[in-house]
Amino acid sequence: MQPFDQLTSTAVPLPIENVDTDQIIPARFLKAIDKAGFGENLFRDWRFDRDGSENMQFVLNNPSYSGEILVAGTNFGCGSSREHAAWALYQYGFRVVVSSFFADIFKNNALNNGILTVEVDPEFLDNIFREIENDPDAMFKVDLEGQYCKILSTGEETTFDIDPYKKQCLLEGKDDIDYLLSLDTKISTFEANQKIY
Amino acid sequence: MVGKTLFDKIWDAHVVHTTPNGSQVLYIDRHFVHEVTSPQAFAEIGAKGLVIRQPGKQTVTADHNVPTIHQDRPITEAMSRQQVATLGENCAIHGLTYYGLGHENQGIVHVIGPELGLTKPGMTIVCGDSHTSTHGAFGCIAFGIGTSQVAQVFASQCLIQRKPKTMRITVDGELQEGVLAKDIILYLINKLGTGGATGYFVEYAGSAIRGLSMEGRMTVCNMSIEMGARGGLIAPDQTTFDYLYGRDNAPVGTDWDDAVAFWRSLPTEDDATFDLELAFQAEDIEPMVTYGTNPGMSVKINEPIPELGDTPNPGLQKSLDYMGLEPGQMMKGKEIDYVFIGSCTNARIEDLRIVASYVEGKTKDPNTIVWVIPGSKHVEKQAISEGLDVIFRNAGFEFRQPGCSACLGMNEDKIPAGAYCVSTSNRNFEGRQGQGARTILVSPLTAAAAAIAGKIVDFRTANMDTYAAV
Ligand code: SF4
Repeated sequence: MQPFDQLTSTAVPLPIENVDTDQIIPARFLKAIDKAGFGENLFRDWRFDRDGSENMQFVLNNPSYSGEILVAGTNFGCGSSREHAAWALYQYGFRVVVSSFFADIFKNNALNNGILTVEVDPEFLDNIFREIENDPDAMFKVDLEGQYCKILSTGEETTFDIDPYKKQCLLEGKDDIDYLLSLDTKISTFEANQKIY
Repeated sequence: MVGKTLFDKIWDAHVVHTTPNGSQVLYIDRHFVHEVTSPQAFAEIGAKGLVIRQPGKQTVTADHNVPTIHQDRPITEAMSRQQVATLGENCAIHGLTYYGLGHENQGIVHVIGPELGLTKPGMTIVCGDSHTSTHGAFGCIAFGIGTSQVAQVFASQCLIQRKPKTMRITVDGELQEGVLAKDIILYLINKLGTGGATGYFVEYAGSAIRGLSMEGRMTVCNMSIEMGARGGLIAPDQTTFDYLYGRDNAPVGTDWDDAVAFWRSLPTEDDATFDLELAFQAEDIEPMVTYGTNPGMSVKINEPIPELGDTPNPGLQKSLDYMGLEPGQMMKGKEIDYVFIGSCTNARIEDLRIVASYVEGKTKDPNTIVWVIPGSKHVEKQAISEGLDVIFRNAGFEFRQPGCSACLGMNEDKIPAGAYCVSTSNRNFEGRQGQGARTILVSPLTAAAAAIAGKIVDFRTANMDTYAAV
């Protein structure tokens, strides 16, 4: 996993609520047995019409917007547990997703893949949307160490919460598996003492 | 000291280690595995030179990609074929038992676990699948995980977790005639919203929940994720024990007695507290039907779709545009194209019995295609032994082979763009059943009635003879 500490970037607005993982990456693209090639199918059915032509209404096809930060409506990532959703976002180029609320499994999957989920209150989220609407080139700063997110043009700033363990993992680019393997003896002791029916 | 909840008891009994910052390492008793969310995890294990710590605690089946006809033939679609084959190869490499296509235990992962007696009270259960919450019906902590975590469980049989908050939803009272478990959970999701239980584990309690069969309890727990909950669970009781007794992996002899004694110690104590308590009255619940593109967007069968209201509601408008529906319109009377009876929500034997008892002697609407997909090989076999397959075929339904089928557009069973599908599954997201497909979630009984009528009807008041044998 790539470490993450801070990022300054423009942002892509997606002011839609309850974006589910079936939209982020539709089920028919989950047939791969490796992790490659998901980025090109990110938001596939919103980006492309059924005849394969680009849907110019969709924000990812709008040349005014770009950046490594996706800003989305509340309850982002609900639905299926598919980690492919996180892979698709990462491969497309997003390193941060900002929303007022994330679905649990998605949040976990994102953090396990070097994508920082930044949960801000609804008013701050509105401020970000407003700022991007005013100026698609508006810059935002997200700092993991200091746990804050800043609208650079206005100076507005908010802090965000993150599980301290996950924060450490992300800062160091470490994943859970190494830590779990280091607990081998404890796990064996637990197994030896567990009564199973 | 205050008493413990069912959830706390199971959680605390599985903590291997608590880190200084409060995260906990949780031991996992059973890991269910399917072909879609596992290949990259197997690859990670292989690349790191690791072994699967507890091969006997993995249960593996193929369900999402499988066709539901001609399962004896090779899968036609190349990538699906490859993904299923890869699962078989990975099982062979790592010494895992594999319930692949054609195996008598094959089926939807959340259907086979309980029916094989692998899902038992007091356990921790995970699977790379959000509907793992289904298993909570037995009084387990069961939740969905991502593929990175699948690899972690392979390697360590553990996960790093932060203890979630707990919520209790009590549904007391008597359900109206014909109101099923599916209606209860659709009603609850409507009340809480799709994110209403995010961050929580939900215990379902109350007389209406207690009165449900195990199949019904599984339907309720299955859809916990649709209101954002990590999982749902129900205290084990005599209904649970009766279901488990004599099943393949259930304890026997004195072990059974010991197990039941332990299981009886699990329910939430009277003085235990939850972070949030909600209560509903069973009498208020009616047959439910969704109109939108998430499972919270539902109405009672005799109510209209909500009006847009004064404040702009782009989400509702977008959903209705996708669904081809209007604010204020009645769902009742809406003509449909497909009926899908299946999925880990409603493809157990009891669901098929309910559908069969309604359709026996009736014929489906000639313009409606009806698929009945048993949840597992065992359900299929049982249905055939009871003659349900004959009832379905006589009604003009297609009774097919087990798999996830039209629950998600990954296998051959897809709903065409623009078509309306009345479905007993759990998600009505855009494109879930195929690009452009329009999904309407209902109970098995409402689905059966729609199949006969060719439109959405209230089975309690519809004069079915008018619709039958047209
Ligand atoms: S039936 Fe549907 S919800 Fe259940 S496991 Fe299969 S795809 Fe997922």
